[in-house]
Amino acid sequence: MTQLKDTIFIDGKAIGFTEGQTIMDAALSAQVYIPHLCHYPGLTPSGNCRLCVVEADGRMVAACTTAAREGQQVSNNTAELSAARKAITQMLFVEGNHICPSCEKSGNCKLQAMGYYLGMLEEHYPQFNPHRALDASHPDIFLDRGRCILCGLCVRSSHDVDKKNVFAIAGRGADARLIVNTVSGKLGDSNLDVGDLAANICPVGAIMFKEHGYVTPIGERIYDRQKISDVALNEHVLEQKGDKAR
Amino acid sequence: MADFMADHLLHRLYRLQEKHRHIPFQLMVEVARESGLPVSQVAAVVNFYSFFYQQPVGRYHLLFSNCTSCGYQAGEVNLLALLRQQLSIVPGQTRTDGVVSVDETSCIGMCDHGPSMLVNGAPIVNLDEDRIRQLCGLIAAEQSLDRWPADWFRINNHIRKPGLLLNAPLQSGGSLSKALAGDAQRMLESIVQSGLRGRGGAGFATGKKWLFCREAEGDARYVVCNADEGEPGTFKDRVLLQCHADALFEGMTLCAYGIGAKKGFLYLRGEYRYLLGHLQTVLRRRYDSGLLGASILGQAGFSFDIELVVGAGAYICGEESALIESLEGKPGIPRIRPPFPVTHGYLGCPTVVNNVETFIAAAHIVQDGSDGFGAVGTEKSPGSKLLSVSGDCRTPGIYEYPYGASIQQVLDDCGATQVQAVQIGGPAGSLLAKKDFNRRISFEDVSTGGSFLIFGEYRDLLSINRNFARFFAHESCGFCTPCRVGTRLLENSIGKIADGRATWRDVDEIKQLSRIVSRYSHCGLGHTAANHILDSVRHFPGHIQNVLAQQAFTPAFDLDAALETARQLTQRDDADAHLE
Repeated sequence: MTQLKDTIFIDGKAIGFTEGQTIMDAALSAQVYIPHLCHYPGLTPSGNCRLCVVEADGRMVAACTTAAREGQQVSNNTAELSAARKAITQMLFVEGNHICPSCEKSGNCKLQAMGYYLGMLEEHYPQFNPHRALDASHPDIFLDRGRCILCGLCVRSSHDVDKKNVFAIAGRGADARLIVNTVSGKLGDSNLDVGDLAANICPVGAIMFKEHGYVTPIGERIYDRQKISDVALNEHVLEQKGDKAR
Repeated sequence: MADFMADHLLHRLYRLQEKHRHIPFQLMVEVARESGLPVSQVAAVVNFYSFFYQQPVGRYHLLFSNCTSCGYQAGEVNLLALLRQQLSIVPGQTRTDGVVSVDETSCIGMCDHGPSMLVNGAPIVNLDEDRIRQLCGLIAAEQSLDRWPADWFRINNHIRKPGLLLNAPLQSGGSLSKALAGDAQRMLESIVQSGLRGRGGAGFATGKKWLFCREAEGDARYVVCNADEGEPGTFKDRVLLQCHADALFEGMTLCAYGIGAKKGFLYLRGEYRYLLGHLQTVLRRRYDSGLLGASILGQAGFSFDIELVVGAGAYICGEESALIESLEGKPGIPRIRPPFPVTHGYLGCPTVVNNVETFIAAAHIVQDGSDGFGAVGTEKSPGSKLLSVSGDCRTPGIYEYPYGASIQQVLDDCGATQVQAVQIGGPAGSLLAKKDFNRRISFEDVSTGGSFLIFGEYRDLLSINRNFARFFAHESCGFCTPCRVGTRLLENSIGKIADGRATWRDVDEIKQLSRIVSRYSHCGLGHTAANHILDSVRHFPGHIQNVLAQQAFTPAFDLDAALETARQLTQRDDADAHLE
């Protein structure tokens, strides 16, 4: 096969890239969707959710943290990868306490949208039912750790963009938890503001605004109208910050 | 830094843990303020490492190993259950009088000494029912540890079969003066020439690693010795640190000379804290002899310092990038690789990380030349390998073989008969059945960091699988989904099978789950966490078949047992309060 310069092939489709781009960057610029939850364009990638794992030149790698390399052959849309992505999404569901029917995030939730996208009809694995502390100490924002998927988007947003370093993840293995960087450990003692990227970027219902219930009715929310595979093609932190600052 | 230990975050937290028997949040806030770190970082570190506690542990804090060789179930009697009964204590909780607490911990590297535990950090070995009873008596009398029988604390080296490295002790400074007589490039070439590969298990060419590091761009370069051997069943670094620390430091110094490093670290697993005094003595001697510090062996411009950092109970820190994170005072979460430590390591600078055994082998190569080294072993695996042999055999201990030795030979030499299976390379390695005993220890066949566990015919292999699955769930760092959640699911699934509550569907299920954990995880821990299960399914299908329920489906949990809390709350235990 002739190898074009600065080109990778995702499921056979030639996609250009520029030096320094990851497979994810290149795919998104070319409007090719690779499922992801812990990645958000404009933030340093982390590679923790593992939904974006693709097979690149025979190796299983996270698309969001792996540099695109000339001539690279990437498999993204395969039966094996879809099945694995569904299983990983199910793992995220059973690990936390995801209460879709009564969650205000329902319809705007990426975990839920990912479930729909991957054709997930059941949670499959036994529930962990973890006890994770709720933090309602902040006047405008509450933190429900039960719904956290440990993606670290708020951690990176707060540290890199808001420059406040409000969040961190602590604990090992299944005990990993989102913690707040204050001397009380409470969110209310932090300087987190509703306009901060960290307060808006949560893909699930873990970081939510108080007193904002069902402003947009169920059925008219983001993922009620569009698939996550379309929405994700046009995301960037710059727009997110502009949109949500109130 | 008289004791070669800087005021590292882990050391500071260790002192607080010693003093207060736990590290409450207030103290974390204080540490953060004093050291200029975010509270969240200090809290994340305290939360991550097993040997830091947020609730007070007892004045006698007993951590029983749960390894298959040095754990509480290594013999016929469950010694933890005995301990629990004798002390009237619940594992994981401190007795209300505050005197004693008991918990279990991953392998403490005493596999050649039978059931063992750490008492306030100090290993005591060769435990049996008698000793447990005596120990409980000493605790009841609140006898201080220095008055406990000294032989309980006596750790032997058990070198059963010395070879290339163990037979030829190095003369202190010998290889270093030889290296300094020539240039660094020539020394590096001799390491390349020898074909030495990393002894930690991955087998990367050592000479190449050192050359890469030398050539990498950076303001400073670092040498790191990985003495965090945590693979259950391995204890050869314990013996090397005890008997060959001088050669180890010499190897590190050679590396520093080769790559142009001024600073090195020895990262010691917390379970081996008792070796600190010895290591400090050896370091002091080397400084006094001009083998460390400024102008080593009188060579102006060549200075090298070694610092000791002690871990705090985290298997994952044996992964080199997690180890570096830990050195930097953070939780041991493996980094995204590439870039590799050799270009972006400690503080982002080029760093060589090698195993204890690798540095010692390098010192031998420089002293005796690469030819002799290459003459031993196989073509792709030159030299020798130290095996930590334990489990069901007559003489557990350290055996050094040229690469290429067969498994059967090891079994013959250690007096293992009626062997059902061997686990090579620890739970992350390979479980092999009799038909594979002619296979050979080498990078190209059966690769191992050194752990060699033997399981006799009477052993219940499913309980071994269960033990290993539990180990991985406990040691997963929690960073990525497939490993964080998947290792816990594997633990539950193998438990269901071992308990006889599973059907063939569960076996299919565990195979699929194993595949996801091993293919989709972030680092080597997840990649290897399901090996033992897949090996069991492949090599010992009968064991699983025998315990499967002959029905189409069984629930994930015991429905009747799940009602127990409700029965207790309602103080009922009549027939109607049960399902059947």
